[in-house]
Amino acid sequence: MTGSKALLEALLHEGVDTIFGYPGGQAIPIYDSLYDYKDKLKHILVRHEQGATHAAQGYARVSGKVGVTVVTSGPGIANTITGIADAMMDSTPIVVIAGQIPANMLGSDAFQELDVIGVTQPISKWAYQVRNAGEIAWAVARAFYIASTGRPGPVVLDITRNAQVSMVDYQPHTVDHIRSYIPIPDMEPENMAEAARLINEAKKPLALVGQGVILGNAESELLAFLRKADIPAASTILGLSALPSDEPLNIGLLGMHGNIAPNLKTNECDVLIAIGMRFDDRVTGDLTKYAKQAKIIHFDIDPAEIDKNVKANVRVLGDAKVTLREIAQLLKENDHTAWREEFKSPWEREIQSVIRHELYPESGQLTMGEVVHKVSEATGHQAILVTDVGQNQMAGVRYFRFSHTRSVVTSGGLGTMGFGLPAAIGAKFGAPGRTVCLFVGDGGLQMTIQELGTIMQSNVDIKIILLNNQYLGMVRQWQELFWHERYSETEMNNPDFVQIAAAYRIPGRVVEVREELDTAIREMLDTPGAYLLEARVDPRGMVYPMVPAGAEITNILVGG
Amino acid sequence: METTNKTLYTITIFSENTVGLLNQVTIIFTRRGLNIETLSVSASALEGIHKFTITTFSDRETIVKIVKQIDKRVDIIKAYYNTNEDLVYQEIALYKLSTPKLLSLGSIEDIIRRYNARILDMTEVWVVLEKTGHYEETQALFKELSEKIGVLQFIRSGRVAITKSKVERLSDMLAAMEAKLNRTSHN
Repeated sequence: MTGSKALLEALLHEGVDTIFGYPGGQAIPIYDSLYDYKDKLKHILVRHEQGATHAAQGYARVSGKVGVTVVTSGPGIANTITGIADAMMDSTPIVVIAGQIPANMLGSDAFQELDVIGVTQPISKWAYQVRNAGEIAWAVARAFYIASTGRPGPVVLDITRNAQVSMVDYQPHTVDHIRSYIPIPDMEPENMAEAARLINEAKKPLALVGQGVILGNAESELLAFLRKADIPAASTILGLSALPSDEPLNIGLLGMHGNIAPNLKTNECDVLIAIGMRFDDRVTGDLTKYAKQAKIIHFDIDPAEIDKNVKANVRVLGDAKVTLREIAQLLKENDHTAWREEFKSPWEREIQSVIRHELYPESGQLTMGEVVHKVSEATGHQAILVTDVGQNQMAGVRYFRFSHTRSVVTSGGLGTMGFGLPAAIGAKFGAPGRTVCLFVGDGGLQMTIQELGTIMQSNVDIKIILLNNQYLGMVRQWQELFWHERYSETEMNNPDFVQIAAAYRIPGRVVEVREELDTAIREMLDTPGAYLLEARVDPRGMVYPMVPAGAEITNILVGG
Repeated sequence: METTNKTLYTITIFSENTVGLLNQVTIIFTRRGLNIETLSVSASALEGIHKFTITTFSDRETIVKIVKQIDKRVDIIKAYYNTNEDLVYQEIALYKLSTPKLLSLGSIEDIIRRYNARILDMTEVWVVLEKTGHYEETQALFKELSEKIGVLQFIRSGRVAITKSKVERLSDMLAAMEAKLNRTSHN
């Protein structure tokens, strides 16, 4: 069979059912083969290659499977760079397959040639150029193995045209190890015993939950671990939904716009237990003043994360599913009621100073928080939250509530505006049975708005909640707080979004007044298929609490 | 160059011999804005495995992080770092000189003996000297020749190094990895 056909067979062998892509000159052979595989491989035609990668990310994040993107050479693969970099930062398993000019023309500046390996190596877990058809089965197997094992990440396969069209005797290939690659480091029993000892002796333990728990399918192990030793736990934004929102030990969100209680208590706890998180600066603030009083235990599958930002007293290398289970066996049952009670007063402070008037305002324009809160309630807190980046994202992760794991799709590390719409499309294909709610700002929506065409063509049932404040709100917030209210280039003169959606045959409406919000949300959820709800929110709306960039994590602004 | 208070570290890397491997290694230095002082890459004692020897001025904390980032790359088998005290190391330098000017010194033997250098090739017009040694030694000869007769061309190799301590041999490490793989595949 041809190399292209072998490629599709290899994808099927890896369990692929959905591809997000966009054809072009050097990918035509792949697309030609795809024509015969329509019943086995669903191809979602996006409107821009960046959208294909974000859709693959959304798919991967909610399903736990590897997301797949197929694009052409040159500009096709160049347009995927943002998605690849985003997947690298957020440890998302995707495989990006690009057509490439024929091998004998490489290096000649041929039409739509790009040094794909050179460009993608710094932002991918692995990048490989396939120059003959015989390598395809091996390369695909290796790509999926690398993308999905250990700390997951993006893999790029650059397949020259001659490899796509030449004939090969295809044999299914499976990769279950690579000698130069250690996906899961060896556990260190002495360290695990030491971690258990520290936790058993702790009076004020605090656990920080990162996406590693979700990626490692360790949610139930985490809960058992926390419950046995009675440890309160807070999440990074990517760790959200690893614990249900209503779990009593879940004491909220960490970081710059996180909850006051866990941020304050980070600098008061005696043992800080970080699980599958990487101490991002948006979580820690000023590292020189971060949790200095605490003994730090760091669980991670990636040895390069240990001591990268925060020095660990004890490192726990390995797969969190196993390390949490084994350490839990060494833990004594404990009761930290007094310590947990201490979180109540800062929580009360946040409710009074921020949450109450964000979620239950009695006058004035709609707030971002109340829209998020009402949508979450209307879905029974069962939906998947997808966000774009900025204020919409922070309002989303602060006020949406979760009942199931893998319910948050957001661009955490790279902070990619324009991520939301295509990621929501991918999330729907990754979890077709679940409601997908996208919160997006007027800025970010216009960065990838062409994906409304994908929604139209592929009948994607996602609920788009546009939080329109007529500003690039997060930058505006910084300008107001730290740049003397000099609103440089953040005001947006926007189109009629409902009409744009209508042009793509997506129903929608504007909601401006509080009294209509419930009905509007109900209408959105009751309408079959995609829907755009444009909520006109306060242009001066702010996301609080806020820890200024680079400040100590306990230096918390609440506004007002 | 910001080398004050910084130590010269030697990073040794064993890797698969794949296209673009050098780029994978150098981008890790690029991200942190570190200059590579010397670089030497060649086949190792084991077939199919390449060995990199890289020197760079840095502090220990940064080196530890860089080595972890290198080690993390899929095609890298093992990376570690050493300081000069841990190593037996060597560089090689070639010096192209004008033959008449060299002869005019009248004391070729003296220079050859003092520096333990040797003549590789010679014509009536030019002569090529070779010297192996540490940077300071090859540099001292360069300085003396430059001052006395001028150097037409000069080239110095990257460092090659061997550790003094008993370190795990790569072949043992590969065997251990194989053993581990066999263990896990039985699970």
